[in-house]
Amino acid sequence: MNIPENLLYTDEHEWISVDGDTGRIGITDYAQHHLGDIVFVELPEVGESFAMRDAVGVIESVKAVVSLYTPASGTILEVNEELEDSPELLNEAPYDSWIAAIKLGDKNDLNKLMNAEAYAAFCQNLED
Amino acid sequence: MFLRQTPLYDMHLKYNGKMIDFGGWDLPVQFEGMGIIKEHNMVRESAGLFDVSHMGEVFITGEKAEDFLQSLVTNDIKVMKDLQILYSPMCYPDGGVVDDLLIYRYNNQKYLLVINAGNTDKDFAWIKQNLIDGVSAVNVSSEYAQLAIQGPRAQEILQKISDTDLDSIKFFWFNPSVKVSGIDCIISRTGYTGEDGFEVYVKSDDAAFLWEEILQAGGDLVAPIGLGARDTLRFEAKLPLYGQEIDQDITPLEAGLGFFVKLNKDEDFIGKSALIKQKETGLNRKLVEFEMLDKGIPRSHYDVQKEGKVIGHVTTGMHSPTFKKPLGLALISIEYSEPGTEIDIIIRDKPIKAVVGTGLFYKKQTKTK
Repeated sequence: MNIPENLLYTDEHEWISVDGDTGRIGITDYAQHHLGDIVFVELPEVGESFAMRDAVGVIESVKAVVSLYTPASGTILEVNEELEDSPELLNEAPYDSWIAAIKLGDKNDLNKLMNAEAYAAFCQNLED
Repeated sequence: MFLRQTPLYDMHLKYNGKMIDFGGWDLPVQFEGMGIIKEHNMVRESAGLFDVSHMGEVFITGEKAEDFLQSLVTNDIKVMKDLQILYSPMCYPDGGVVDDLLIYRYNNQKYLLVINAGNTDKDFAWIKQNLIDGVSAVNVSSEYAQLAIQGPRAQEILQKISDTDLDSIKFFWFNPSVKVSGIDCIISRTGYTGEDGFEVYVKSDDAAFLWEEILQAGGDLVAPIGLGARDTLRFEAKLPLYGQEIDQDITPLEAGLGFFVKLNKDEDFIGKSALIKQKETGLNRKLVEFEMLDKGIPRSHYDVQKEGKVIGHVTTGMHSPTFKKPLGLALISIEYSEPGTEIDIIIRDKPIKAVVGTGLFYKKQTKTK
């Protein structure tokens, strides 16, 4: 299970990378592995604002439909439209395939997320 | 909850199956390193091995076995020859479907019924309830394992380890005494994938050995396939699934299975008068194929609307691995069932445009000649 050090994680298996006031969000290796073949991504609209943990999109694999929850509050700056035609990128490279970029609303949200070490322990616990 | 295990449970663990609760059975939805799409393509392009031991098997025997089955199911039992197989719905008096099944005729006093796993107890009770003098029904489901090997390379793989020329088993026929790697098997040329292939019935104790023998004979040409791909494969071939395309509230006529309902057979059968009436008064709803015009994946039980009014529901919908786009089957009001009719699929409370079609599904590669 790949869990990069430089990201923050949610208990719903999303990641966020932070650069100044901008966050990029995606799903983890654990998430893509458990979903199986991803065949559809519904992206949020640019300009939409969300509270922390709001559903901002939908990811569908062959068998499952799950919501994507934003790890932090903010406003959507950009979405990765490449995923509309190639949703399988989320399986192939989950940490290179960001789903949306968000202008962070409240950076305190980030303090509520897990670092790589805590997330690794969280996943391990789920597998046991 | 306690889950039932098939005789191949240890094999699923050995091959890293991702195990799920499938109607009370602990079965693999997919295998590590493969996944549903790869497994699906493997069956379409080469061959796949399935554990379908959860299916139920019931022997019907006795002097009046043929008469009994003729009254129990909608298809015509009397046209069957020894060692032939017939597909048939089995109905309630109101025409709703108890189950769909395969009927294997040994002779006119001995038949094997193969029924859906989730319906085994219900079906067996129904059979017992309708049983007539001179016929006995024995549920042997727990004694038999069932393996399916499916795909264009299935025959060459199974042939390597079989003592019988498999060309002698035609589509929807069986041979009850084939030895595969020395094991006694019942083999039929049947399946649930739209590909050529075989279903192999074997005593439970021999199942794991046979599984390994088939995988070894096939080498890179075959792989274990989970329930996920079983569903995508059967769906693309438009093969009905009980609980979705057919159930107690859907008649075989509505589900497009009229070919398997012989309303003109001489004998009475359960559901006959209701189905004749339905045919005479005309269907109110019908199973149709559709594809999406706007983006979205239809799923089972999603509502179908026309101009804001519910006209039916999706029975099965999914992303088709072969066609690489979403496809669906829906049971909708007859007035909207013409190909070319635009309909809305309600996905997460939003109407998404779709269109009724025909010929959208996979052309079966079964060897019907």
